[in-house]
Amino acid sequence: MSRLEFDHVTVRFGAGRAALTAVDQVSLTVPSGQIVGLVGESGSGKSTLARAAVGLVKLQSGRVLLDGRPVPTSGRRPLQMVFQDPNSSLDPRMTVGESIREIIPPSLPAAQRWGEVRRLLDLVHLDPARARAYPSQLSGGQRQRVALARALAGRPEVVIADEITSSLDVSIQGTVLNLVRELQAELGLSILFISHNLAVVRYVAASVAVMYQGRIVESGPTATVLTRPDHPYTRRLVAAIPAGPRSGPAAAAAGDAPPAPASPTTPIRPPDPSAHSPRSLP
Amino acid sequence: MDATSTSLDRRRRAGAPAEAEDSPPAAGRPDLDLDVVAAPSGHRLWAALRTPLGATAAGLLGLVLLTALLAPLLWTGPAEAIDTSNILAGPSAQHWIGTDALGRDLFSRVLVATRLSVLLALAATGIAVGVGLILGSAPVLLGPTAGQAVAWLIGVAVAFPGLLLALFFAVIFGASQTGAVCAIGLAGAPSFARLCHTMIAGVMGRDFVAAARVGGIGRGRVLIRHVLPNIAEPLVVQATMGAGSVLLSFAGLSFLGLGVKAPAYDWGRLMNEGLSGIFIHPLAALGPGLAVVLAGLAFNLTGETAARSLGLAAQGGFVSLARPQRPARSAGPAPAAVPSTDEPARTVLTVEGLEVAFPGPAGPLRPVRGVSFSLAAGQALGLVGESGSGKSLTALAVAQLIEPPGQVEAKRLRFAGTDLGALGPRAQRHLLGTSLAMVFQDPMTSLNPTMRVGSQLAEVSRQHYGLRRRAAWRRAVERLAAVRIDQSERRARQYPHEFSGGMRQRAMIGMGVMGTPRLIIADEPTTALDVTVQQQVLDLLRSIRRQDQVALWLISHDVSVVAEVCDRVMVMYAGRIVEELPIERLRHDARHPYTRLLVAAVPDMTTDLTAPLPTIPGRPVEVGQTPPGCAFAPRCPLAGALCRSSDPELEPDGADGRVACWRAGAALPGSEPAEAMP
Repeated sequence: MSRLEFDHVTVRFGAGRAALTAVDQVSLTVPSGQIVGLVGESGSGKSTLARAAVGLVKLQSGRVLLDGRPVPTSGRRPLQMVFQDPNSSLDPRMTVGESIREIIPPSLPAAQRWGEVRRLLDLVHLDPARARAYPSQLSGGQRQRVALARALAGRPEVVIADEITSSLDVSIQGTVLNLVRELQAELGLSILFISHNLAVVRYVAASVAVMYQGRIVESGPTATVLTRPDHPYTRRLVAAIPAGPRSGPAAAAAGDAPPAPASPTTPIRPPDPSAHSPRSLP
Repeated sequence: MDATSTSLDRRRRAGAPAEAEDSPPAAGRPDLDLDVVAAPSGHRLWAALRTPLGATAAGLLGLVLLTALLAPLLWTGPAEAIDTSNILAGPSAQHWIGTDALGRDLFSRVLVATRLSVLLALAATGIAVGVGLILGSAPVLLGPTAGQAVAWLIGVAVAFPGLLLALFFAVIFGASQTGAVCAIGLAGAPSFARLCHTMIAGVMGRDFVAAARVGGIGRGRVLIRHVLPNIAEPLVVQATMGAGSVLLSFAGLSFLGLGVKAPAYDWGRLMNEGLSGIFIHPLAALGPGLAVVLAGLAFNLTGETAARSLGLAAQGGFVSLARPQRPARSAGPAPAAVPSTDEPARTVLTVEGLEVAFPGPAGPLRPVRGVSFSLAAGQALGLVGESGSGKSLTALAVAQLIEPPGQVEAKRLRFAGTDLGALGPRAQRHLLGTSLAMVFQDPMTSLNPTMRVGSQLAEVSRQHYGLRRRAAWRRAVERLAAVRIDQSERRARQYPHEFSGGMRQRAMIGMGVMGTPRLIIADEPTTALDVTVQQQVLDLLRSIRRQDQVALWLISHDVSVVAEVCDRVMVMYAGRIVEELPIERLRHDARHPYTRLLVAAVPDMTTDLTAPLPTIPGRPVEVGQTPPGCAFAPRCPLAGALCRSSDPELEPDGADGRVACWRAGAALPGSEPAEAMP
């Protein structure tokens, strides 16, 4: 498989004084056959970075490289993306089979394409007979699995998964996360896994990068970053994780702690990142 | 306070899209599936045809098309037979609306002219739609720069009056039938171009188009395969209505002598010929005029019907229902408006047997089926469940916010010591307005974007507490500070869009605590917020509850959020509470298999990384397809014959909770539930 590299990527929207720098000089590497998590709050530039990688957004400067070469923007795309909301990422007027078939590279003979569709559906644990169903006839989790199958239809070397579980119910989220891990292990895919949920990233990704206001502020092995966060924003992020149902009484105890006097960050005037008061770890 | 009445009034006024997410009457997530099940497009069209409007439209259009088809075959003889002895005759039994200058029967001529008039109108409409579609999709095909130029051109063309354009083109193309078709077609093109441009831009922004482009599909194929099918329906509707007005324009051009030339004739020419004698034989001109009106109406009404059937599709199809009678809420044993003696004094909310029903195509749908619980002052109760389980509807029902055709029934619904069902609408609004606060998922749609935040908060005090303007403003600033908004004096003068998401949500809570609420209902208050901001909002809710002994009812799909704030939690599945228990027992001592699976399915910071996550097989039950027994039985690893045949009641679980399960507490297969895929 392949290595995905962002080399000093900058994305800017608008022009002149109103220009907004969404991604600022980001360098990040997804090593071959690994899952790298990318976390950060909304507006931090995670999704823009993903869209820039697949050519949906233009780069202001910098390069996106696949095994050291620029990512091709026409013909077969070795880079595929799975979007957040499966309700909107599947064409409601097409059967899921057609949606998947469309992405299969033209090099495959037409006669074998439906066979390939069935194979892909089977790979994501959907009944191949479901190829004739429309997206509206599937549940959210099933739709997201179709979206994964469609991304795999392009025979990608790298997959970018942009918040793929955040619009799913918790009971379904698990099946999709299991599937991501399984596909990575079976196909040796390199995956950039974008999420705002640290627990989810911890579960699927071996290493993680933290994005804040368009920059990567911290990266490293997931266990290290989550247990010994270095940057103030990462510390805040880790401290904000709800204790979760499993910690039981501890959660109730945590509820008695005095609320932190956190001051809100507004998009209009972001505070200096170094000004965050570090909070103690939970 | 009043967040209820203000924010709620606002919800009603604004009809904001995001609130539709949580209020199913307007097609929230539960309905999304429901309407797919309930109303396939064939059904919708059939249902539309059965309305008076639809029937009239279909009848008229059928009549016009049938005449266009048959009249030239049947009546060409009398229409062209010259009878010099009967020139310009008035109406008679033989000639219903008289004859023309050559003695030809005018009624036959009007009928025969139907075909040409309709054909020309359809041809011109075809040109308008075709050219419009090409212009409208040009930006997609040409890329941003050339596309922008085309968009400007369209804008300029739209600014010209249609009639002026038509006359301009008619002169250029020459006064002929073909010339007139082209002229009217081109004159109609700009408005279709604008329509297509807008609709195509909407579809191009959706993720499935991005997905296709990432997949290497070219622009042209994206347009044909993904974009056009998704704009076809509204475009056809618009074209049908357009045909009606094109028919009218065409009659106008022919009337002016710029359209159809003798010996051919359409309605416009017949009117032109009849005009000279309008004072002697008015019917000679009015007859064809009436035909134009009828045919125009036929097209317009058909378009209207089609538009309605498409529009209503989003609301679950055509459902007619008699005006719902006032729900029998006061059926409970407690006498109206008298604090009952059988409830502890600190109880803020008592709900018994709460049901919510919506009319469906096959009998009423019951997304909430018999919910009972109570909430004491200072207590924090959580309600968790998957989307479509009915949790938001339960909250809306308690706050008396279910709109017709939805119906709410309850054996007992007491709030702050008063039976809500027994109160008049005004008293009810006052009570809920002053003592109940509600916080919704998306604060952007709950706050009025055109009003300063401070004014919105102050409005509450002025309306419910009769405070003077200045005093109300001071209170608003003070409350904003209380919900930890820095520089509250300055912030109060700002508009909602100048606030960040977390600040808006805190402002909403601030609006809730303008008075002295007894209960705060927070429905997914942090779902739209980032984790770090979520923490601040939860902290705030927690501290308000502690300071003022307010009861808090927190609704969320996220078990961990509820676990952090609440002391007790209710788990909802398919419209029923399946378990209620203290939060400390949620992890290790839950009895219902659904609760246990739900807790296990969420990864947290201690999840074992080497094993696959436990999952719940199957998919949630759709509203209206609840099985006869326990609704969870089809997905439950423990389900037996009893579970599939009868639905267990919510009963005390032997400790300090309640559970509705025949096999409560039985060991799940394996220590952890087995991984299973649907």
